[in-house]
Amino acid sequence: MSKIEIKNLDLYYDDLQALKNVNMSIAANRITAFIGPSGCGKSTLIKTLNRMNDLIPGCHITGSVTLDGEDIYGKDLDVNLLRKRVGMVFQKPNPFPMTIYDNIAYGPRTHGVHRKAMLDEIVEKSLQDAAIWGELKDRLLKSALGLSGGQQQRLCIARALAVQPEVLLMDEPTSALDPISTAKIEELALQLKEHYTLVMVTHNMQQALRVSDTTAFFLLGEVVEYSDTEKLFSMPVDKRTEDYITGRFG
Amino acid sequence: MRLKERVMRWVFAASASVCIAAVVLICVFLFANGIPFFKKYDLFAFLSGTTWSPDIYDTGKGVYGILPMIVGSIYVTAGALLIGGPIGILAGVYMARFAPKNLLKVLQPMMALMAGIPSVVYGFFGITNLVPMVREVFGGTGFSILTACLLLGIMILPTILQLTYSAVKAVPEYYFEGSLALGATEERSVFRAVMPAAKSGILAAVVLGIGRAIGETMAVVMVAGNQARMPKGLLKGVRTLTSNIVTEMGYAADMHREALIATGVVLFVFILLINLLFSILKRKGETA
Ligand SMILES: Nc1ncnc2c1ncn2[C@@H]1O[C@H](COP(=O)(O)OP(=O)(O)OP(=O)(O)O)[C@@H](O)[C@H]1O
Ligand SMILES: [Mg+2]
Repeated sequence: MSKIEIKNLDLYYDDLQALKNVNMSIAANRITAFIGPSGCGKSTLIKTLNRMNDLIPGCHITGSVTLDGEDIYGKDLDVNLLRKRVGMVFQKPNPFPMTIYDNIAYGPRTHGVHRKAMLDEIVEKSLQDAAIWGELKDRLLKSALGLSGGQQQRLCIARALAVQPEVLLMDEPTSALDPISTAKIEELALQLKEHYTLVMVTHNMQQALRVSDTTAFFLLGEVVEYSDTEKLFSMPVDKRTEDYITGRFG
Repeated sequence: MRLKERVMRWVFAASASVCIAAVVLICVFLFANGIPFFKKYDLFAFLSGTTWSPDIYDTGKGVYGILPMIVGSIYVTAGALLIGGPIGILAGVYMARFAPKNLLKVLQPMMALMAGIPSVVYGFFGITNLVPMVREVFGGTGFSILTACLLLGIMILPTILQLTYSAVKAVPEYYFEGSLALGATEERSVFRAVMPAAKSGILAAVVLGIGRAIGETMAVVMVAGNQARMPKGLLKGVRTLTSNIVTEMGYAADMHREALIATGVVLFVFILLINLLFSILKRKGETA
């Protein structure tokens, strides 16, 4: 079943066309990986899915993106509600400068949850789902900025989970982390896909192969190839894909 | 090249030394001239006395209690902060996060100008506008604590606004984005994610505003009434530590003169404490 449907999407930063006629359907409860060289539009596409590109002046699109059949660029769509449904984890871990507890409670409070007991429950559940409860349960009231980079990133995942999203977007979530933290996040992603639809940008081909079900290869704003991960890596159809994954890309 | 570098280094070091020497000299002068007073007059009586009656006719019966001025300074500063603090902070946040570029182009030079206006000009504005306004609206003479608070509130605005602006501007964009990505509105993101990150900077802005308010002299002298007695209400006149010095220094002699210098010492200690607080907050902000 497809969760997100992208049709004939063109995106421009002022005059620069960053995405060219992208068509893609992203399956629910799967991990979809975006790969491709720097500047090919991976981040741009992932940001169209929760409309973070609204912040960039001069950015405009044509074509359509739907979430469960609803046009997310439609006139009466509530952007804040969309971003609640489509969560995002950034490349650089960005916990807020407040306690671990307040970081997790930030989203629920934003959406009207204020009862202490309820918040306590959400905080525990989110941290558990992000596989970091055990490490943090005794220091919930300490500043989140004191955590290691890997812990911070998992905290950010927990923070995103706390608003009960349906889709989780991750833009190079492990590029700032050490191998052990990376492995933990990958493992976590595999667990999360049971309940969420995941989209992950990565520069690490091994990572795409290890965790994703479907992979899209981008080049200069175009989707060159989009298929099952195993197929894409073992029998790429397009010559350019093959060059890229074998490292022969000039 | 080598020589030029050496010379320049020497010039830098010399400039720095001049600054340090100036500060040290002021301290030494102030304390050297202020301390003798406490040999003749009880420190406690000086700080807690409510009567200020200098020995102008040389009868040897001067009473020097500066509690009214301490309280006056605190009242006026607190009032100024109550007025200028919230407005300055909110305006600074507005300029840093919400104001359209065109408006910013007008506002920024205006704030710089406002910070540069000499305080005697503010004082004139106070006398010609605020004093009559307070007199008409609230009664009394118009020369009052309230008037001083209003005027000082306006005067500390640019300080608080500009520092708040820089503090908020310095917050990395990823806090804002992280909050938006959770479904928060832009306003909520600014107030709940960006502002907490700028907290220590904003506090520092407030502390510096306090420093400005407590040290302000000319404008306060012009609108506050300057009665050396315990302040009795918002609409009554008041004398601050600074105005005490400036109104009487011209004709004071001997013990009276020393008492005024001692008032300066007290003021200096206040400012020292505020600056200490400021640097502690700043350091905390850098490590957080
Ligand atoms: N805010 C922006 N304004 C203008 N152009 C932009 C902006 N962000 C990205 N671009 C341009 O759009 C193109 C795609 O950028 P994007 O960030 O999506 O690439 P990417 O695939 O994520 O690269 P990387 O792997 O380096 O993160 C690039 O040519 C880039 O210069
Ligand atoms: Mg990118």
